[in-house]
Amino acid sequence: MNDAFVTFEKVRKTYDGRTLVVSDLDLEIAKGEFLTMLGPSGSGKTTCLMMLAGFEHPTAGRITLAGRPIDGVPPHKRDIGVVFQNYALFPHMTVLENVAFPLDVRKLSAAETEQRARAALGMVHLQHLADRKPGQLSGGQQQRVALARALVFEPVLILMDEPLGALDKQLREAMQYEIKHLHERLGVTIVYVTHDQGEALTMSNRVAVFNEGRIQQLSTPKELYEHPQNAFVASFIGENNAVHGTLKSVAGNAGEVETPAGLLRCDLLGDRSPGARKLVSIRPERVHIAAAGATYPNVMPARVEEVIYHGDHLRLRLATMGSSDFIAKVPNAESSREFVAGQELRIGFNISDCLALDAPAR
Amino acid sequence: METMTAGDGRSLRTALRRAERARSLRGLGLALPLVLFTLVFFVLPIAGMLVKSVQNGPMPAIMPQTSALLQQWRGTDPRGLPDEAVFAAFAGELRTASQDRTLPELATRLNFENAGYRSLLMATARRLPEAPAGSWRDTLVGLNPQWGEVGIWAALGRASTRLTDGYLLAALDHRRDDNDRVQSTDASRSIYVASLLRTLEISAIVTLICLVLAYPLAYRLATLPESTANLLMILVLLPFWTSLLVRTASWLVILQREGPINEMLQWLGLIDQPLELVFNRPGVIIAMTHVLLPFMVLPIYSVMKGIPPNYMRAATSLGAPFFTAFRRVYFPLSLPGVTAGCLLVFILAIGYYITPLLIGGANDQMVSALIAFLTLQTLNWGLAAALGTVLLVITIALYFVYTRVVGTDGVKLG
Repeated sequence: MNDAFVTFEKVRKTYDGRTLVVSDLDLEIAKGEFLTMLGPSGSGKTTCLMMLAGFEHPTAGRITLAGRPIDGVPPHKRDIGVVFQNYALFPHMTVLENVAFPLDVRKLSAAETEQRARAALGMVHLQHLADRKPGQLSGGQQQRVALARALVFEPVLILMDEPLGALDKQLREAMQYEIKHLHERLGVTIVYVTHDQGEALTMSNRVAVFNEGRIQQLSTPKELYEHPQNAFVASFIGENNAVHGTLKSVAGNAGEVETPAGLLRCDLLGDRSPGARKLVSIRPERVHIAAAGATYPNVMPARVEEVIYHGDHLRLRLATMGSSDFIAKVPNAESSREFVAGQELRIGFNISDCLALDAPAR
Repeated sequence: METMTAGDGRSLRTALRRAERARSLRGLGLALPLVLFTLVFFVLPIAGMLVKSVQNGPMPAIMPQTSALLQQWRGTDPRGLPDEAVFAAFAGELRTASQDRTLPELATRLNFENAGYRSLLMATARRLPEAPAGSWRDTLVGLNPQWGEVGIWAALGRASTRLTDGYLLAALDHRRDDNDRVQSTDASRSIYVASLLRTLEISAIVTLICLVLAYPLAYRLATLPESTANLLMILVLLPFWTSLLVRTASWLVILQREGPINEMLQWLGLIDQPLELVFNRPGVIIAMTHVLLPFMVLPIYSVMKGIPPNYMRAATSLGAPFFTAFRRVYFPLSLPGVTAGCLLVFILAIGYYITPLLIGGANDQMVSALIAFLTLQTLNWGLAAALGTVLLVITIALYFVYTRVVGTDGVKLG
C-alpha cells in the first residue's frame, strides 16, 4: 500500500521505562478504510489510538498522517475527530452547542456554525433534541450526538474508543449498523478500538488483533475467522476447540498431527518440523456428527458429556482427543437425533477445518 | 374497579403507607441527636440573638405606669416637657425601683441612650424626697436641671416600649432624636458601618487571594495520580492539625520586625529597613488567608475530581487549544466548586475575631471584635445582637443573590 493514509513505523510506547505497552508496531491504514483495533484490555490498542489522537507520545518510532509526521502536531491541530468511551459530551452545553463546539473554536461565522451543526444533528436524526442538555438524553442518543460532534468539522480521520461499550446489546447492534452506514456514505477513514470481536467482524474492512503490545494478525474479518495465523487469534476470534498434539508428517500445506485419539489430518501453519508441538484449532460449527456410512477425512470417537439447548442449535460438550470440553454445534433440525449424555458417537472434520497452529509456549 | 389488598385485607395503599412511615421514623431516629443538638446550640441561640436585637429592656417592667404615660406623651406634637402626672408617676416608681434594687439595671439601659444618664438616675434616686416640694416637676428639676430638658424624657420614652429598632439603627450608625426622627449619628461616634465595611472588605480580599492561590493548586491535585494527590492533600490539611490560636501566634512570630521573613529579606539585601508586617492590614490578610486556604482548596478539588479527563481531551481533539478548552469546558464545570469555596471562605472570614485581634492594628478590627467588646465590656447585648443580626442578614442576602445568579445546584461542596 503506497498510498497509506496513516502509518505507524516501529512505534514503541512505555509508561514506566521497563515494559513496553506497544512494541515495534508497524501499521498502514488506507484512506477511507474502516480499521478496527481488537484485543483484550491492556493489549495496547487504546494506547495506539491515543498516540494517533495526540494525547500520548510514542517513546520511539514515527506516526504519519497523510504523509506528514504528526509527533510535533498538538492534538487540536490534527483535525482528527475522536469519539470517546462514555461520549465525553460537555454537560453544561446543549446538544446543539456541543455539536457546534468544533466549528465555534474554528471561528466560523455564527450562521454557518448553526447551519452545519444542525445538518450534522440531522445526519444522526436528532434535530428535535437540539436544545436539550446531554444529561437528558438516553445512552444511544448521547452516542449519536458524540458522533455528530466528531463528524461536524469534517475531519480527515475519525477515532472511536469503545464507543458502544456503555450501551445495551440491542442498541449496540443498531448503532453498529448506523456507524457502518455513515462510514460508507461519508467515505471517511475510521480507526475503531474495541474488545468486542462481534463488533470488529461486522463493521470493519480490516481488523488488527492486538495482544501484549503487538499486532497478532491484520486481515479482513473473513480471513481472520477462517484462517487465524496463531493460537491467540484462533482463541480470541470466535469460539474455538483447541486440541494439543505433535506434528508427525508433512505433505505440502497439510500435515498429520498425533493426538491422544489418533492421527488428525490438518492444514499446516508455522513450524513444519516433525515433532513440533502443535495446537489444532477446530470451530464448533465445523464439527460433524458422522452418520453411519458418511466419510470424512478425519473421524474421531467421542462421548457426549452434556447437551445444552440453545433454541436454534444444540451444543454438545464432548470428551474426545484428550479434552473433556470439546464443543460441537449442531443445528436444531428435525433430522438431528436426540442426543443424551453418556452416548458414544463419532465426529468427523474436513482437513481445511482443522488448523494446526504453533502451540504457545507453556 | 377492584381494590387491591395486601393479603390480610388491608388496602395496598394503607399497607404501603404504614411500611413507609416505619422507615422514615427509623431515618428520623438516626438524625435525631444531630437535630436536637442543632436546635439547642444553633437555632435557639440565633433566634435568641434576633430577639435580643429588638428587645428593648427592663423599663416597661420596672416602671409600668411611667411607661404607659410616656407612650401617650410621645404621641403629642409639638412635644414639650411631659406634664406633672408623668413626673409624679416617675418619682413614685423611681423610689420603688431603688428600694427593689432594680434601678441599676434600668440605669445601665438608659446609659446606652446617653453616657450621663446612669449617674443622673442613680443620683436622683438617692436624693429623692419623700414628698414633693410643690410639684414633682419642680422638685426633680431642682435636683438636676436635666429633668427640665426634653432629652432625658425622650430617652425614657424610647426605653419604655417592649420592642425597639434603636439597636438595629445604632448598628447602622443611626439614632432617633428627641422627636423620634431617624438621624445619622455624629461622625465622631459612627464606628459600626465603617467596621462592617472593613469586615466585608477584608473578607473579600482574603477570599480573592484564597481563590487565586487555591485554584491552580486544586487543578494540579486533581490531575495528579491518586497516591501523590493524597500525600499533597495532607499538606493542605496540615494547618487543621494545630489550633487556630497557635497558628495565629506563630504568624506573629514569623511576621514581626525581627522575624525570619524580615531577617531573610534583609540578608538577601532586598530591603534596608524591616517591613511592617504585623499590627496592620497585610498581616491580618496573610494570616487569615493561610488559615482559610484549605476551605477554598477542598470544595474546588472535590468538584474538579469529578470532571472526567476525557472532557479536556475531547475539547482539544475537537480543535480547541488548551486555553480555549480550559475556558470553555473545564472552568465552567469547576465553577460550582469555586463558588462554594468562595461562599465558605467569605462567610467564615466575616466572623473572624482572634486573628485580627492578635495580628491587626486598631484600624483592622472586624465587627466581631466590636461585638465582643459590647458583650463583655459595656454589656450592651442589644447592640451586640443587632450587629450580629446585620452580619447574618448580609450573609443570607449574599447567599440569595448568589443562588439567584447561578441556581442552587451551582454550589457543590463535594
